[in-house]
Amino acid sequence: MTENAPLLEMKGIRKDFFGNQVLTDIHLSLKEGEVLGLVGENGAGKSTLMKILFGMNVIAETGGYDGDILLNGEKVRFGSPFDALAAGIGMVHQEFSLIPGFTATENILLNREPRHKAGVVSQIFGERLETLDRKKMQDQAASAIQRMGIRIDPDMVISDMPIGHKQFTEIARELSKDQLRLLILDEPTAVLTEKEAEALLASIRGMAASGIAVIFITHRLQEILDVCDRVLVMRDGYAVQDVPAARTSIPEITKWMVGRSVDTSASARADEQLETGRVIMSISRLWVDMAGETVRDVSLDVYEGEILGIGGLAGQGKLGIPNGVMGLYEAGGSVTFDEKPIPLNQPRSCLDASIAFVSEDRRGVGLLLDESLEWNIAFPPMQIQNKFLKSYLGGLIKWRDEAAIREVTSRYVDSLQIRCTGTRQKAKELSGGNQQKVCLAKAFALEPRFLFVSEPTRGIDVGAKELVLNALKRFNREHGVTVVMISSELEELRQICDRIAIVSGGRIAGILPATRSSEEFGMLMVSQVK
Amino acid sequence: MSTKNQTASFGAKLGRLARDNSVPIMFILICAVCIPLAGFSGGYLLNEIITRMGRNTFLILSLLIPIMAGMGLNFGMTLGAMAGEIALILTADWQIWGIPGVVLSMILSIPLSVGLGLLCGKILNMAKGREMVTSYIVSYFINGVYQLVVLYMMGSIIPIAHSSIKLPRGYGIRNTVSLLNMRQCIDNLWAIRVGGVKIPVLTFLIIALLCLVILWFRKTKLGQDMRAVGQDMNVARDAGVDVERTRIISIVISTVLAGFGMILYLQNMGNISTYSSHSQIGMFCIAALLVGGASVDKASIGNVFLGVSLFHLMFIVAPAAGAKITGDSMIGEYFRVFVSYGVITVALVMYETKKRRAKASLGRQLELEQKGADK
Ligand SMILES: Nc1ncnc2c1ncn2[C@@H]1O[C@H](COP(=O)(O)OP(=O)(O)OP(=O)(O)O)[C@@H](O)[C@H]1O
Ligand SMILES: [Mg+2]
Repeated sequence: MTENAPLLEMKGIRKDFFGNQVLTDIHLSLKEGEVLGLVGENGAGKSTLMKILFGMNVIAETGGYDGDILLNGEKVRFGSPFDALAAGIGMVHQEFSLIPGFTATENILLNREPRHKAGVVSQIFGERLETLDRKKMQDQAASAIQRMGIRIDPDMVISDMPIGHKQFTEIARELSKDQLRLLILDEPTAVLTEKEAEALLASIRGMAASGIAVIFITHRLQEILDVCDRVLVMRDGYAVQDVPAARTSIPEITKWMVGRSVDTSASARADEQLETGRVIMSISRLWVDMAGETVRDVSLDVYEGEILGIGGLAGQGKLGIPNGVMGLYEAGGSVTFDEKPIPLNQPRSCLDASIAFVSEDRRGVGLLLDESLEWNIAFPPMQIQNKFLKSYLGGLIKWRDEAAIREVTSRYVDSLQIRCTGTRQKAKELSGGNQQKVCLAKAFALEPRFLFVSEPTRGIDVGAKELVLNALKRFNREHGVTVVMISSELEELRQICDRIAIVSGGRIAGILPATRSSEEFGMLMVSQVK
Repeated sequence: MSTKNQTASFGAKLGRLARDNSVPIMFILICAVCIPLAGFSGGYLLNEIITRMGRNTFLILSLLIPIMAGMGLNFGMTLGAMAGEIALILTADWQIWGIPGVVLSMILSIPLSVGLGLLCGKILNMAKGREMVTSYIVSYFINGVYQLVVLYMMGSIIPIAHSSIKLPRGYGIRNTVSLLNMRQCIDNLWAIRVGGVKIPVLTFLIIALLCLVILWFRKTKLGQDMRAVGQDMNVARDAGVDVERTRIISIVISTVLAGFGMILYLQNMGNISTYSSHSQIGMFCIAALLVGGASVDKASIGNVFLGVSLFHLMFIVAPAAGAKITGDSMIGEYFRVFVSYGVITVALVMYETKKRRAKASLGRQLELEQKGADK
């Protein structure tokens, strides 16, 4: 081992996916206890670089990589994530890797469960027949959660958890490994609300203080400035900048990322015009039983053709509203759409009424990862509305209209600038942000009359945010689709919404035109917090 | 408001309970209609059910562990049943009777079951997600091998001494092998009678012991790994669990237990139908488990007991009731086969659509809707 060698060095890393060059000569180095921010546009190659470092199988399966990785000055080449783990590297992926029916504790200690030693049976038949030491599991999980510094319920089953807690469970799992020296966090804050993200940043500082180095990928550039020591900016597979975080700014980073200046200051709509048209959806006395996002007694009218924003702090219930109306969580009260009542707890009824939903949980119910973009985008309309089907013999035989499918898919690929090698590419081969765009395209392709979108810009880079928001707005204006957009970013709501409802304590604290000042909204947000 | 919410959610819970248990409820209703029509006495029914419980429960329990490992309702158990039969034929030929004979057969069946289980497990690892159908085909294939062994090799290559077992031509085994000297030796030891109902205490003790073993097994590391593999193979693999090996072990455990179960079953029957005993046993066991409310990915010991009682109660009363109504006594046999295949088909179709829908983007929504419509 070389003295004073950095904890990690990556030298001249190159990677292509079957001729598609995604990383070119990347250098990076990292000391103990240092926090490195990794930023870049969707598809810049951040996740791929981390997958290489972590020895993920996809890399070997797609032809390996060029370049060297050095840990403490010694060259390593991990054949699998287990080698990386043994060397003290932990990674929290952009996609969750949790067993849905297990509790947080069981997941944190997955395959590393402490056991009661030396039963007679296990001595004969091997250690896998030792019984689990539940007590010790509780303790170890609790201490990992403690180390993380964010409270989650160790006994809650993953499938019942709000999405942020799933993320924390994964982080706690990495922290429960004693040998951990370097933790890779791939967009951990994308699924977190502002409050949760703040807790996570504090937790990262704690880890760094205890000597753990952290590589932190995010599209929220402020977080980079808040928590990182250094920033590495990537563009189209090149490392374009590597600077101390203290000596740069958001506009500068953005410029490096996209190669041009981006105006990130949200321009709120100028025209103060409260829609007073026809009420298309009327929600009355809605309650929704969604863990961490409970809704209590919400009444709300949505006007035809408007964009209504729903904002509010984390865990106050804004996400519960669309999930309840769409029938994904148990709900009560009444909802009428187009003067007809929509029965709750029956998702199909919403779909039949031409109401679409882009869920905030895109990893859970979003995409068919093993299928092509075409299939992902065209499947729901085909299934629900019989679109893209040619019928012969008076409808006896139905055939998929491949040409039409390809046509719509490429239209959305263009308009949302989805970065892919073609419309036949599999969804899982896209970068995280581009997958999110596919989720939106899917909803657009349904051509609904009413659209709920939850956190539409999650995981989308600064440059493309505008694009996605504009696409939503265009969809609203050109097709007359009523849009209800739920977002934790107030500025984003103010940018395209006509009115914004703020949810606090599970109730609507107030509805204001988007042109009102942030202070007014801020007041509403905290008005009924419990 | 809140009490209204509570009653609403109580109603919803009740609805969900009914939906989740629709199959057992349906069979309870069928039985409830047939029992008075059939006109059997309560004592007779109870006696029959206890007998059949003792005979079948062990076999059905052998299905539980593969389900836990996410391998569905597995016909791999049929292989174990064949192993048990071969072991019994050999002990019968060696004239080792009574309980020693049963124990020896069990010991003999182990290597056979393990071998067949390994083979089946390996094949099923190549057909992930289609375990049920694949195991069904494998059981057919192995049935062919079994016939080859029993019909041609026994007596020619494998020494068989007794002509009561051998076919007159000098090799091959007769259609029926009598186990008269072994018949119900376990059932009758310590058996007690309560008000005319015979309770085979030892058999039930053995079954209870197996239940305890299964409960204990769930708490072991291997059990935990199986649950993890069953829920998400990729996540389990990422965490370092040897998915393939774990799945094979679950099949091997199942075939070994099925071998024991088959021996218990046949000692109760008192004879082996050499070429047909095992052929439908997998079907009936799986059907019984489904009737007890199990699904392809979830089954408990409770499902086993409920299933055994309901399924066999129905088989006792429905033919009699059917004969009363139609005047045709053959109806019972049709009914038996029809219902078992029917239950399995329906359960499979339900599961497959559920899986496909869940995979689809709108899957969860549609699935919930379907459940709503089922009501
Ligand atoms: N398995 C794969 N097969 C083919 N191409 C792939 C595969 N995985 C990633 N790519 C391609 O590599 C490029 C870089 O993807 P990567 O996931 O590293 O982007 P990213 O920087 O993490 O983006 P995001 O911010 O959207 O998560 C993308 O163009 C993507 O399509
Ligand atoms: Mg990524």
